[in-house]
Amino acid sequence: MLAYIIKRTLAVIPVMAIVALIVFLILRLTPGDPAAIIAGDSATPEQIASMREAMGLNEPIYLQFLHWIGQLLQGDLGTSLLSGTSVNALIASRIWPTLYIALLTIVMSVLIAVPLGTIAAWRHGRLSDHIVMIISVAGFSVPAFVVGYIFIKIFAADLRWLPVQGYKDPALGFGEFLRHAILPALTLTTAYVALTARMTRASLLNVLGEDYIRTAHAKGVSEPRVLLQHGLRNAAVPILTVVGTGFAMLLSGVVVVESVFNIPGIGRLTIDAVMARDYPVIQGMILLTSGIYVLVNLAIDLAYTLFDPRIRY
Amino acid sequence: MERFKTGRFDGVADVIAIENLHIGLQTMAGQTPVLDGVSLKIRKGETACLVGESGSGKSLTSLAVMGLLPSGVLKVTSGRIMLGETDLLTRSKRQMRALRGSRISMIFQEPMTALNPVIRVGNQILEVLRSHGLASGKEAKRRVLDIMDQVHLPDVERIYRSYPHQLSGGQRQRIMIAMALILEPTLLIADEPTTALDVTTQKQILALISELQRKHGTAVLFITHDMGVVSEIADTVHVMRHGQIVESAPAQVLFRQPRHEYTRALLKAVPSLHPRSPRPEVSAPAALKVAGLGKTYASGGFLKARSEKRAAEDVTFQLMPGRTLGIVGESGSGKTTVARCVMRLVEPTNGAIRLGSLDIAHLPQGRLRDQRAKIQIVFQDPYRSLNPRRKIGQSLIEGPTNFGVAPEKALARARELMEIVGLSADALDSYPHQFSGGQRQRIAIARAVAMEPDVIVADEAVSALDVSVQDQVLKLLDDLQQKLGIAILFITHDLRVAAQICDYVIVMQHGKVVEHGTAEAVLVAPKHPYTRSLIDAAPGRGWDFGACREIAWPAAVS
Repeated sequence: MLAYIIKRTLAVIPVMAIVALIVFLILRLTPGDPAAIIAGDSATPEQIASMREAMGLNEPIYLQFLHWIGQLLQGDLGTSLLSGTSVNALIASRIWPTLYIALLTIVMSVLIAVPLGTIAAWRHGRLSDHIVMIISVAGFSVPAFVVGYIFIKIFAADLRWLPVQGYKDPALGFGEFLRHAILPALTLTTAYVALTARMTRASLLNVLGEDYIRTAHAKGVSEPRVLLQHGLRNAAVPILTVVGTGFAMLLSGVVVVESVFNIPGIGRLTIDAVMARDYPVIQGMILLTSGIYVLVNLAIDLAYTLFDPRIRY
Repeated sequence: MERFKTGRFDGVADVIAIENLHIGLQTMAGQTPVLDGVSLKIRKGETACLVGESGSGKSLTSLAVMGLLPSGVLKVTSGRIMLGETDLLTRSKRQMRALRGSRISMIFQEPMTALNPVIRVGNQILEVLRSHGLASGKEAKRRVLDIMDQVHLPDVERIYRSYPHQLSGGQRQRIMIAMALILEPTLLIADEPTTALDVTTQKQILALISELQRKHGTAVLFITHDMGVVSEIADTVHVMRHGQIVESAPAQVLFRQPRHEYTRALLKAVPSLHPRSPRPEVSAPAALKVAGLGKTYASGGFLKARSEKRAAEDVTFQLMPGRTLGIVGESGSGKTTVARCVMRLVEPTNGAIRLGSLDIAHLPQGRLRDQRAKIQIVFQDPYRSLNPRRKIGQSLIEGPTNFGVAPEKALARARELMEIVGLSADALDSYPHQFSGGQRQRIAIARAVAMEPDVIVADEAVSALDVSVQDQVLKLLDDLQQKLGIAILFITHDLRVAAQICDYVIVMQHGKVVEHGTAEAVLVAPKHPYTRSLIDAAPGRGWDFGACREIAWPAAVS
């Protein structure tokens, strides 16, 4: 087990190295001269040339890469072309709203979706199953910005229970945070509930057809215990995969919802950077996002072993 | 000693009495019932065997007793199931749940899938006590360890904490039995409990069930399709067909003087352990020559000790055209590994595999492809070996067209083949699910023959089939061999089947060949102790079922 954890963790290094190489190449190979962009439209060719020199763009490409990697290994993602602040600081200031809202979304999704999916599988083919399935198709097909505006209309504009938009850090009071975060999280939750409930239902239905479920009935085990103890635990691995990748997707920034609710998260940071061709920020964001995916996948793989003793690497 | 059990049950109280039980499909009222007036009773300490082919209704009968018929699909339309003084059919769901596991319990065929893979086996046994609100804490654990001891599990403290995949097939079935018997039920239903086990393990499990039965006076309803097993354990035999019981009799009566025609047919289909009469030696060059074949699986490596598993070691044999060589052995003996190496479905580690004059053991894929037509395989499970989304015709001509035969020509040949294997040519336009298991296996054989191979590898090709169908498929293979001169490499765990079809037999154990010779020499006068123990464990080995009499074995074996 320990050998597996070490091996799996070490495997992160080559993956991230390849990501870094690709990120570097994409930006060097795309048309357009960063120096010209920074210098601005009114710059003279001499100004652009001196800018190129200053940015090290005249060096051979492998030296540029080594230089960039060297910085990266020291944890320095560079400086934003747009604002002049360091990319590290930019990300650090924007990651927390995204992280908190992602966590809230995942917790709410699991708490709603797993029971719904379980009921659907248990009452397979009956009314409650159909209702759950309809809810999840609807939740999946309505775009997030529509759901978001509907929620704002009902809970903020009409009922005036919650603020229309904005974000408050939990450090300033958890209640205030929740009041601001609940609508965006709920908006995201609709899609994730749909996905997770479907997966729970499908996986559990599969398991309920297994021989050991029949054995449990033959032992005289009660219905809820058959469902939860024998069923759900065996169905956990696919559910865990969906929840895990869902979390990674949420963390890499949810642009639409952050825009609708005016949340200063990394989704909006990325969009702003792309619009302004702020290359160092874009690079930093791609690296961050890939890193999150790799780490979440590692966490999912390790979590499998908690549910299924047969998975020992 | 008597050949069959001769227990007397006159005047002994009934434990269970099924009276005129009818079960029908819930959605199609008025249709022919799936269970049509079944009546049987089992008395204290009696073993009743329910035999019949798949689809005859044996398992349905047992599920009805357990109250576990699939709800919404099947329902009891009339009849009574009396457990002592109570009619189980009038009990509520809650009352039935309380009876299951305590007064009636059940063990199933496949001990791997019947145990929950993510719960420690000790806790799975403990759950029976907990579900019935009996015993908790230390006392409960003591009872679990006690029953584990009674089913003769070694090192019970360790096994208590094990997961099912850490145990052997026999140990898992012992866990199932412990689970079923911990509350000392009056009725134990055993649904094919030894079918998935090796013969030597089967023997131990059967002995264990009768030992515990004697100790507690349990009534046992034993469902099986294996007449050999029936002859060893049954007091009373009930033969089922199409949802009806066609004959019920004490074992000794049924085996000596079967009355019903169907019973006789069923007994006749049981392959005899007596080998086929030898055929003349073939002087032609061998179709397949395997020399020093070995396959080693390596695992570990990084931060872990490297370990090697020798699945097959130094296997040598030759297969003559028009003859059949059997490889027999228990699970894990390496027989399937050998078959897969010969097919080059796995890469052999060392040795030579000469197909005709060419050694294909290490041939690169490009050149191997040309040889593939010469050697074809028929797999065990015909339900999974045919692509469900392709018509039979498509499956059949795919191979020949890959080798450049024109599709029309291949299709014409496929039509002929369908007739040869005893199906109609229309079958080519149908999908696999429209056929029974036996028909599918015929199709799988036709698919292999379509390639006009020199060698066919049959990997447990009849093991998933009912005995009567098994008999027909073996005959088909034999006919094809005589017509086309194909050499057959026949992999099986079943000595009876091997005796019917093989000219030569090799016996494998732990990846090595322990005995090699003509079927007669190996099965009638085995030299290696392992071969002897295999033959010894074959249930009903001394009885010729078709002829209803003892087999006269040469003195050397008995």
